[in-house]
Amino acid sequence: MGLSLRNQQQLLSKIATGNGHGEDSPYFDGWKAYENDPYHPIDNLQGVIQMGLAENQLSFGLVEKWILNNPKASICTAEGVNQFRDIALFQDYHGLPEFRNAVAKFMGRVRGNRVTFDPDRIVMSGGATGAHETIAFCLADPGDAFLVPVPYYPGFDRDLRWRTGTQLIPVACESSNDFKVTIEALNAAYEKAQEDNIRVKGLLITNPSNPLGTVLDRETLTSIVSFINEKSIHLVCDEIYAATVFSQPDFISIAEVIEDDIECNRDLIHIVYSLSKDMGFPGFRVGIVYSYNDAVVNCARKMSSFGLVSSQTQHLIASMLSDDEFVNEFISESAKSLEKRHNYFTSELEKVGISCLKSNAGLFLWMDLHKLLKEQTTEAEMTLWRVIINEVKLNVSPGSSFHCPEPGWFRVCIANMDDKTMKAALTRIRIFVNKELVVPTKKRCWQNNLSLRLSSTRLDDFMMSPHSPMQSPLVRAT
Amino acid sequence: MRLLSRKATCNSHGQDSSYFLGWQEYEKNPFDEITNPKGIIQMGLAENQLSFDLLESWLTKNPDAAGFKSEGESIFRQLALFQDYHGFPAFKNAFVEFMSEIRGNKVSFDPSHLVLTAGATSANETLMFCLAEPGEAFLLPTPYYPGFDRDLKWRTGVEIVPIQCTSSNAFQITEAALLDAYQEAQNRNLRVKGVLVTNPSNPLGTTMTRNELNLLVSFIEAKGIHLISDEIYSGTVFSSPDFVSVMEILKARNYENTDVWNRVHLVNSLSKDLGLPGFRVGAIYSNDDMVVSAATKMSSFGLVSSQTQYLLSAMLSDKKFTKKYIFENQKRLRQRHRMLVSGLEKAGIKCLNSNAGLFCWVDMRHLLKSNTFEAEMELWKNIVYDVKLNISPGSSCHCTEPGWFRVCFANMSEETLELAMQRLKAFVTEYSSTVLGQNMSSSHQSIKNSRRRSITKWVFRLSFDDGRDREPDQR
Repeated sequence: MGLSLRNQQQLLSKIATGNGHGEDSPYFDGWKAYENDPYHPIDNLQGVIQMGLAENQLSFGLVEKWILNNPKASICTAEGVNQFRDIALFQDYHGLPEFRNAVAKFMGRVRGNRVTFDPDRIVMSGGATGAHETIAFCLADPGDAFLVPVPYYPGFDRDLRWRTGTQLIPVACESSNDFKVTIEALNAAYEKAQEDNIRVKGLLITNPSNPLGTVLDRETLTSIVSFINEKSIHLVCDEIYAATVFSQPDFISIAEVIEDDIECNRDLIHIVYSLSKDMGFPGFRVGIVYSYNDAVVNCARKMSSFGLVSSQTQHLIASMLSDDEFVNEFISESAKSLEKRHNYFTSELEKVGISCLKSNAGLFLWMDLHKLLKEQTTEAEMTLWRVIINEVKLNVSPGSSFHCPEPGWFRVCIANMDDKTMKAALTRIRIFVNKELVVPTKKRCWQNNLSLRLSSTRLDDFMMSPHSPMQSPLVRAT
Repeated sequence: MRLLSRKATCNSHGQDSSYFLGWQEYEKNPFDEITNPKGIIQMGLAENQLSFDLLESWLTKNPDAAGFKSEGESIFRQLALFQDYHGFPAFKNAFVEFMSEIRGNKVSFDPSHLVLTAGATSANETLMFCLAEPGEAFLLPTPYYPGFDRDLKWRTGVEIVPIQCTSSNAFQITEAALLDAYQEAQNRNLRVKGVLVTNPSNPLGTTMTRNELNLLVSFIEAKGIHLISDEIYSGTVFSSPDFVSVMEILKARNYENTDVWNRVHLVNSLSKDLGLPGFRVGAIYSNDDMVVSAATKMSSFGLVSSQTQYLLSAMLSDKKFTKKYIFENQKRLRQRHRMLVSGLEKAGIKCLNSNAGLFCWVDMRHLLKSNTFEAEMELWKNIVYDVKLNISPGSSCHCTEPGWFRVCFANMSEETLELAMQRLKAFVTEYSSTVLGQNMSSSHQSIKNSRRRSITKWVFRLSFDDGRDREPDQR
């Protein structure tokens, strides 16, 4: 284009030309491999099966039935069109009152009505992605840090840091105690930050956890609340997987914990939520910031101008989530389907000697493959991962992309496929493990040099090809 | 330790500005034809409410698009799952074709260079994040849309340096003004990264001349900086001169694939053209691959709902519909604009000659007690609280001259607009004779005399129009 790359880079911001977007991480390479050769139960039985996408596809039947029976929920149908104009004009960043009411009610219902949520504290955002960035903008200045227990969702690196300039400091967790968050680890991380002259503004936890699929127990939650109060730092709880809890122990929301705790400074407590996992609606971009701090609610609300939920969608969601009968049925059926899928998968894996972290929530399993590693290193994990992508043809996510300190763990998504595909995946795993036990994975030179990275230009070309299938969207992070 | 960030505790969100205070007053006492006929009429909201019937009729004829169906089959699942930040291909194709149609097909756009965002609000902020570091600056011609103070500066840390435009030449951009602004930035130690213009202009309602556009292109070429053209009102041009997009100018100058080509970016939205602000459909169009790539990733923070993308892809792909809509919408805007202009004239008020937008830039300088912004604020408060019209004072748009107001005309029924004009006329009559009449005792007698004469003229004209027997003001 006539301009040297360096000149080009000076013309654009550092944010634009750097790699803070995080897409150079191997996490995305697996997806790109999938996009090149996506599995299809009829057209492409040999393709890569997508197991890197934490989507909830198990309960669409219920939703579709509801949509069919409630044409008024869409303002664009003949039944609903008389509301079209008002909704189409509605861009108030407070959000439609019926939307906020319905979401608040839903959030309470998902927590067994043990707590209630105030609709006036419900603030919209562009998905949980937008919610996290907004929270970081509200709570921290560039250079400030958030503590995050490892392993954690890779998207946080982008959402909390990229445009905000904040940092993430890992809090160590180990498999020896099931990756539980301990006070010792929190204190150690906090003190290290002090030594490094980094100002810690808050702690970010995901409960239920991604990628672990576990819930935090009451003791841990209470000690976390004490910790943040003592340090006078914020607590951001990402409860995006709240309704994916399918068995004991019960999910305990931070809302419940502070309800009983009079000592807690509520100005420090914030919840991030979304309908992308619980309902399976990532395309609708319904993110929520819920804060107990009035100033944060006000600020986040103003910032929501940058990522409001489409009023068309607000209206649909308001109708849907106000239907108590539907909501009750959905929550219960969804949990049952997730439990069934989870139990089947884990028992089949056990048959071939693969264990997963004991979990009761989420849309994935945290699989332990350290026995298959040539050596207990990240390099060996990456080697194994490339084998899984290229030979077993499953796109799973390596633990290192989640900043897991121990090699050999993989996140495997199981709720984003039908039964047939699930069986196909299990068959491949079975074959692979049996093969591995006979001929262990050796260092394969050609694979170590295999670069799965595609240049962004080529990727863009691919995505814009007319054959880009709608059934397999490329997603940035889940 | 401060509990919240600096961004959270400062007021760069801009909502303490008078622009928003007027809205707050409106919220407390909103006009309703039936339930609150004495309430405040909203004339501060640049919405296009004139063509909903066209949209509604399309919807009733196209139930599939509305009901998550394609060829009668439910595609709810696919839509609910679709979160690809590249956007729904059919939608982007339809969108760029719509953009082209609005520009008289004089330019065409490549859908792969379009980035979808949650409204133009998000598009503008995203471009700042892509093009500038905190502390760097963009030049903006005044008067400008008050929202820019928040969208361009708040979370990005970017500065705005005004390009001063004046009524002496209908607020057009001049080379001298550009150079002055650039120098001002230098004086303030701010590195200028680009110029951002709104074309057609908000709040002026005028389309940029070829001259101005050429000036801008030459300027950014010479300085090696970016040009952002916010063309959100491109579909609201209702009379000549035709709308000329900066892309057309680049083509005319054979600038395709040059450095300058890569430094020009458009912002667009369906909030004004189609009147769908609630759906949050904005877009960035850039010729620069790196900008497209970075902006696409950033759009994760504000994607357009797939439900909305699907609906609009069906609507905008219907070429018969878009052609009819564009034509009819412009016709209605033209009629409504004429209604406002003549209503204002009856009140002795002029506005800037305009051919686009959803508002007029109204000249009320003659109604000011003094040529100051304090006087403008006082007049504005009278209009909001006494006349009960929420209009936007020029100072909120950073206008350098007091006395200008932006008055919207497309967000209400004809009857309501009529009523607003009547209220205004009544106000001006009273205001001229009482408030302005009291200013006779100042030392600037000659100025006062001429003003008195003008007031008297109006009073006579009004009283003639009213058919009422009014005593003329003092001679």
